[in-house]
Amino acid sequence: MFLKWFNRLILLVYALLIIVPLYFVFVSSFKTSSNFFISPFSWPDPFTWDNLTGMFPNQPMWQYFGNSLVVTLGTVAIELLLSSMIAYAIVRWGGSVGKIVFALFVAGLIVPSQVSMLPIYSLTRTLGWSDSLTGLIIVSAAMLMPVSVFMLTGFMRMLNAEILEAGSMDGASEWRLYTRIALPLAAPSLAATATFLLVMVWNDLLIPMLMLSSKSKLTLPLALMQFRGEYVTNYPMMLTGVLVTAIPMIVLFILLQRYFVAGLTAGSLKG
Amino acid sequence: MKNRIQLSLFLLPGLLLYVALFVFPTLTGLFYSFTDWDGVSPSYAFVGLDNYKDSLSSIVFRKAFGNNVEFMLTVVIAQTFISLVLALLLVRNTKTRIALRALYFLPAILSSVSVGLIWAFMYDPSIGLINYGLNEAGMGSIAHNWIGDPKIAIYSIAAVQVWAHAGQMMIVFIAGLQGIPAELYEAARMDGGSKWQVFRTVTWPLLAPSATIVVAYTTIQSFKAFDLIFTMTDGGPNYATEILTTYIYHTAFGSYSFGLASAGSMIFLVLLALLTLLQFKALRADRVSY
Repeated sequence: MFLKWFNRLILLVYALLIIVPLYFVFVSSFKTSSNFFISPFSWPDPFTWDNLTGMFPNQPMWQYFGNSLVVTLGTVAIELLLSSMIAYAIVRWGGSVGKIVFALFVAGLIVPSQVSMLPIYSLTRTLGWSDSLTGLIIVSAAMLMPVSVFMLTGFMRMLNAEILEAGSMDGASEWRLYTRIALPLAAPSLAATATFLLVMVWNDLLIPMLMLSSKSKLTLPLALMQFRGEYVTNYPMMLTGVLVTAIPMIVLFILLQRYFVAGLTAGSLKG
Repeated sequence: MKNRIQLSLFLLPGLLLYVALFVFPTLTGLFYSFTDWDGVSPSYAFVGLDNYKDSLSSIVFRKAFGNNVEFMLTVVIAQTFISLVLALLLVRNTKTRIALRALYFLPAILSSVSVGLIWAFMYDPSIGLINYGLNEAGMGSIAHNWIGDPKIAIYSIAAVQVWAHAGQMMIVFIAGLQGIPAELYEAARMDGGSKWQVFRTVTWPLLAPSATIVVAYTTIQSFKAFDLIFTMTDGGPNYATEILTTYIYHTAFGSYSFGLASAGSMIFLVLLALLTLLQFKALRADRVSY
């Protein structure tokens, strides 16, 4: 009996550890500066939308949002297309060629972005891609390729090779087999990979920081770093920025929980 | 009946992108590490192994390496323990437990910048909620400058890292636990084993693969941490939270020693590769069958 209550206590304390900081961000976003300092824990009184509504005219918030959206969707789309084609070819080709191509990508798993940041920085400057969202999309897609090829190859290995073989005997082209059989069967794994990539790209700080400089090009994490400097005394405003950045991910998380868990665990385990 | 020509066309675009913008740049990083390039000027000279020697003898580099190890050990021990305890408590599928799992997992989807900003405020010595809470609870004597005190700053950030990722590792343990056949538990209980005995003889040995995965992931993830430290302390105060990744960043973009920073990142890469290799070995050795 004692143990049961003890277990519940642990679960409750841990839940509070998660909730309290998030609750703090949430309530602060609807507080006036003075209320924030007087009673940081309390429910906002007076309740104000000013931080939220003030943020958009004061900051090019829609622009940051749009930039993050374009970069994230662009990167994930390119990544899924190219990586699923590679994964399909690796599995379908098999033998030593399949192994070598797979190994080439897996080797990239060891190199973290903190190591490739210096050469990427100088290469993109030489190419004149600095401060370009398109450049950022292409670079991000290249850097995430090892993990997405790794995940998708794992998933595609589970496809039934006989179905592909039979289709091939009937004269179907590889493109047809890939689009009509492999992709539909791999749909749940594609969704898991996509959510993993969405989180990675939406939240990425390092690569955008190396490549983007002008204010109109910033993504949300970069904008947050900048808010820290600008709102050095206006904490409610800064925490509103945190809230605004997190909302899309939280909404997606609630809608697609299953895929988040599958993607974030499968991807991170080898990342 | 594979059509190899068609399959090559499947490989081509991705391979080109990957080689041109990832493999090739990484190799040029190795090249820069033997030069004195500052990252901007058009010319540079070869300096042989000087950058490597300078890195390894630099006080800041050594300090950063020490901090890296300290940070990694703290996170690995705390995160493995906490995620295991949570998994054991949440392994059964009831509605409350499933909801709690989602809640505990939630911080993993926030950006490190957001997490860093949130916790920089929680830890703030004057307006932070932790000291506020401690004062309210009459424990003001424990109140501290959590990330401003060089003695504890690295541990304060390690705690945030655990806060962000323990829930994710809990999911790995839960998957492992749910994969253990129920008959084994029944058999153990039939033999009259106490809860602790069942855990020790059935659960723990069969959980070894999950534990290895968690330890492997956490080790590598914490060794290459960057965003959180960059956001919260940027390596300070007085290098107390400087780790290898922030050292590389500061050396390249703060003091414009691109060559030296490249050498630092190559050393970092070798260390990381060694860790990864060890982990793969451990993963292979720990396969159990049941």
